[in-house]
Amino acid sequence: MSIFWLTILILGVTGLLAAVVLYAVAKKFYVYEDPRIAEVEALLPGANCGGCGFKGCHDFAAACAGASSLEGINCPSAGKAGMDAIGILLGLKASARNRRVATLACGGGCDRRRPTSEYSGLRSCAIEAAVYAGPTDCPYGCLGCGDCVKACPHDAMRINAATGLPEVDFSKCVGCGVCVKACPRGLMHLCELHQAHHTVVHVACSNHDRGPGVLKACDVSCIGCGKCMKACESKAISIDRFCARVDASECTRCGKCVEVCPRGSILVDQIAVYQRQS
Amino acid sequence: MKIFTFHKGGIHPAERKLTAELPIRPAPAAPVLTLLLSQSIGAPSKPVVKAGERVAAGQPVAEPGGFVGAWIHSPCAGVVKKIERVRTAQGYPADALVIERDAESGERYAYPGLDPAQASSEEIVARVRECGIVGLGGATFPTAVKLVPPEGMTPECVILNGAECEPYLTCDDRLMREHADEIACGAYCLMRAARVRHCYIGIERNKPEAIEAMQRAAAGYEGMKVCVLRTKYPQGGEKQLIAAILGREVPSGALPVSVGAIVDNVATAYAVQQAVVEGKPLTGRVLTVTGEGALNPGNYYVELGTPLLSLVQLSPEAERVIAGGPMMGKAVSRLDSPSTKGLSGLLVPGAPDAGKMQACIRCGACYNVCPMGLEPMMLARQAENADWEGAAGRGVMDCVECGSCAYTCPSRRRLLDWIRYAKSQVRNLK
Amino acid sequence: MDNRLLISGSPHVHSRDSVDRRMWNVVIALLPALGVALWTFGARALYVTLVAVGACLATEWIIERYLFGRACTLRNGSALITGLLLAFNLPDILPLWMVAAGAAVAIGVGKMSFGGLGCNIWNPALVGRVFLLLSFPAAMTTWNPSVGSGLLPAQATGASGVDAETGATLLATLKTHAHEMDLSRVDWLSLALGDMNGSLGEVGAIAILLGLAWMLLSRTVTWHIPVSVLGSAALFSWCTGANPGLELLSGGLLLGAVFMATDYVTSPMTHKGQLIYGILIGVLTIIIRRWGAYPEGVSFAILLGNSFTPLLNKYCSPRRFGMAGKRKEAAA
Repeated sequence: MSIFWLTILILGVTGLLAAVVLYAVAKKFYVYEDPRIAEVEALLPGANCGGCGFKGCHDFAAACAGASSLEGINCPSAGKAGMDAIGILLGLKASARNRRVATLACGGGCDRRRPTSEYSGLRSCAIEAAVYAGPTDCPYGCLGCGDCVKACPHDAMRINAATGLPEVDFSKCVGCGVCVKACPRGLMHLCELHQAHHTVVHVACSNHDRGPGVLKACDVSCIGCGKCMKACESKAISIDRFCARVDASECTRCGKCVEVCPRGSILVDQIAVYQRQS
Repeated sequence: MKIFTFHKGGIHPAERKLTAELPIRPAPAAPVLTLLLSQSIGAPSKPVVKAGERVAAGQPVAEPGGFVGAWIHSPCAGVVKKIERVRTAQGYPADALVIERDAESGERYAYPGLDPAQASSEEIVARVRECGIVGLGGATFPTAVKLVPPEGMTPECVILNGAECEPYLTCDDRLMREHADEIACGAYCLMRAARVRHCYIGIERNKPEAIEAMQRAAAGYEGMKVCVLRTKYPQGGEKQLIAAILGREVPSGALPVSVGAIVDNVATAYAVQQAVVEGKPLTGRVLTVTGEGALNPGNYYVELGTPLLSLVQLSPEAERVIAGGPMMGKAVSRLDSPSTKGLSGLLVPGAPDAGKMQACIRCGACYNVCPMGLEPMMLARQAENADWEGAAGRGVMDCVECGSCAYTCPSRRRLLDWIRYAKSQVRNLK
Repeated sequence: MDNRLLISGSPHVHSRDSVDRRMWNVVIALLPALGVALWTFGARALYVTLVAVGACLATEWIIERYLFGRACTLRNGSALITGLLLAFNLPDILPLWMVAAGAAVAIGVGKMSFGGLGCNIWNPALVGRVFLLLSFPAAMTTWNPSVGSGLLPAQATGASGVDAETGATLLATLKTHAHEMDLSRVDWLSLALGDMNGSLGEVGAIAILLGLAWMLLSRTVTWHIPVSVLGSAALFSWCTGANPGLELLSGGLLLGAVFMATDYVTSPMTHKGQLIYGILIGVLTIIIRRWGAYPEGVSFAILLGNSFTPLLNKYCSPRRFGMAGKRKEAAA
């Protein structure tokens, strides 16, 4: 019988001691955290995409909770509705920012750019780009290994099997910009959208060369002829080193540039389900 | 006889020196030469001639774009057709001077010959600079810049690199056998220019004829000595060569001259002799065309700007062409691109390797062969996980890209591809 | 140019070495020991080996095919080696269903649960063996009574009173009857040749050393791990007053040092790490044999050594070139 009680006593004392130690340690090393950080974090999508410019959702929430104004702090994944909710929680006014989507500045699919060599190394754009200028005559275009698709935290991208180019699903894209960083060629661009716009007009080419080589390299290469720039009434188009660029904030989506382009390098993409978040 | 070698890591790939017994021949002259304006490390050169202008053979056509830069000279007499955007062998766009050969006019542009024993150090350095000489081992660093070390560093010796540790390549071997006296004289010019008393010529043991020829030639100069090296890759790597011959390790991130050594390729020494003694600028180089898939193997003297297509005839089975040796050479994607100062060989390998990539079995082979004492498997893993700070901490920037790790990996993991990528990312971090 | 050039990063050549080649070299190195096992234990050894190998291959195939859904990698021989090594670590009279269960645990738990070849922390064959040893301790320590114990039969039984019915191994005899043992009665020749009791693969010392010689010659392994395990075990046992020769030749120490501790995946990558790892295993083996509850400690020692591998990899990284301000005088 004494063994029985002794066992209970020893176990009980051990348990008690452990509890005291745990309590003391928890007290000693307690770190105060603003409870609102957790509340803000709960309102975020939790993709940790980094589109806000902070290291992750927690950092962003901490920045929101510590800020005196939400000016310039924006989570692209949460969208306007999400930011408004955060603003109500914190008693601040959420800054309005237009939605952005990612577009690919290359239209040279398999059928439009003749391959001149073939890559047989690791399937990664970053590594392929470090080895040579690409499998076609165009040293600027998409390599098609899908680093952007692998990087996308919102499952908004996939490689189109017919063209070999990545496609953005605008219903899922929140414009976080992860693909922009992932592309070793710098072909992904974020396009800002205004409330009323259901389309995005962009130049699907990044060839900054000039001369007949550009014509030969790809069927839809921009040759920097400037016809679109002349046709554009809102002065939204500029030519940067022999390649046209559309400034989305000025663009009225009139479509004149698309009509005059002799190369077919300006595309109009439909933003079908743009209203999803509001 | 003492055999010199480096001790850390290294591999023994099959040598396959198929063209070692073929003497240097001039390559057929191309009617049009395309001179790339960026043929060396540093700023691209700026043209000093205009389209339509007539140039003599050896006439300077482009000046250095900066302190680290090089003059470029026309290899032939002819007319500058245009300054055009062309493609390099890897397909990158680059500006180039296109010169059409003029069959009748044989005029030459020449510098006055100097006597290396009499000329001052400054005169030799100036001549090396105005003759557009760059490191011909492949790195294409302007030789004149190397000869003037930064403030506070004094070179003690010149090391001539005749290791030619890359499999297949034989251009340096042939040059040493056929032009030993010129190379030794060039080495003497380099010694004079750098104001040093010693010169070590490192040659791998698998080239006995070259060793003998160079020993005979070096006997005529005080302080010049041939060091026989063990046949081991990468014996010809700059840091490994210094470790082998001087027993000193170039500190991480430092220049070779910090341990008192100036390393130059034997082909560079030959070019220096030509420039100083004969007054001929660098307008061509010896290049090895080799490999099981090349129909015209041999060692050729090639004028700069010759299209690669006219240099190598591919067998129908040939699948790839490599600019340089099989370990460090870059794959060529365009054969219409021109030859450059840094091109030491065109390799057309035979049947490709059938091995498939497998999971890493952590055997440690890559650790043991890395001549820089790095951990290739960990670096590659960090690159896959985009951990650039971690890779930098493990010394990824020390990697010399010799390829020993990927060569030896039994799982055939493409370690160097990842490490090269990590290096480019770490460079961007700064 | 109508045919397109193939592009890839350097290097463009590869050594003829491959995982398959290395694994099959290990299989070749295991053959002499397998021969000795067949000679000592007869057909029973063959059954145990076949069942262990068959079960290992089947488990790997099923898991790769139906759980991972990826291409089968049986051809690289690693599952075959696990099967052989597991069989080598079992007594010949173990029921065959236990052999199969051990094999399934070895591959299923020891290897595939970590993700397959290259991902496991512990040597799969030893995971299987320890599973059997802990689950069926009696069956795993019952030896074939018709096989010798390495002691000259009459004197051994006479002098030490070993229970000949259970056919104790030399190690068990050493543990329980060390003080009564007369070393002059040990039959060294049969110890070296393999005419003694024990697990299948551990009996033939010469056969195992032949295998080691093959692996060293074919550059499958380096000397570091076997030498450090055996050397430290010999030295440490001599320090504790045991006979180093008996410790090395009896039990699974030789088998473990040559074939199990040298497993690539679970051993450190640098030579320095390998030496520390080897010494750890050698010393632990002798500690367990001398003061532990089990007569045999090699399996546990190697598994413990495996556990230290990640740590050794972290702290025994190679010395980087140009990081030590070491300067020798110029040559010549």
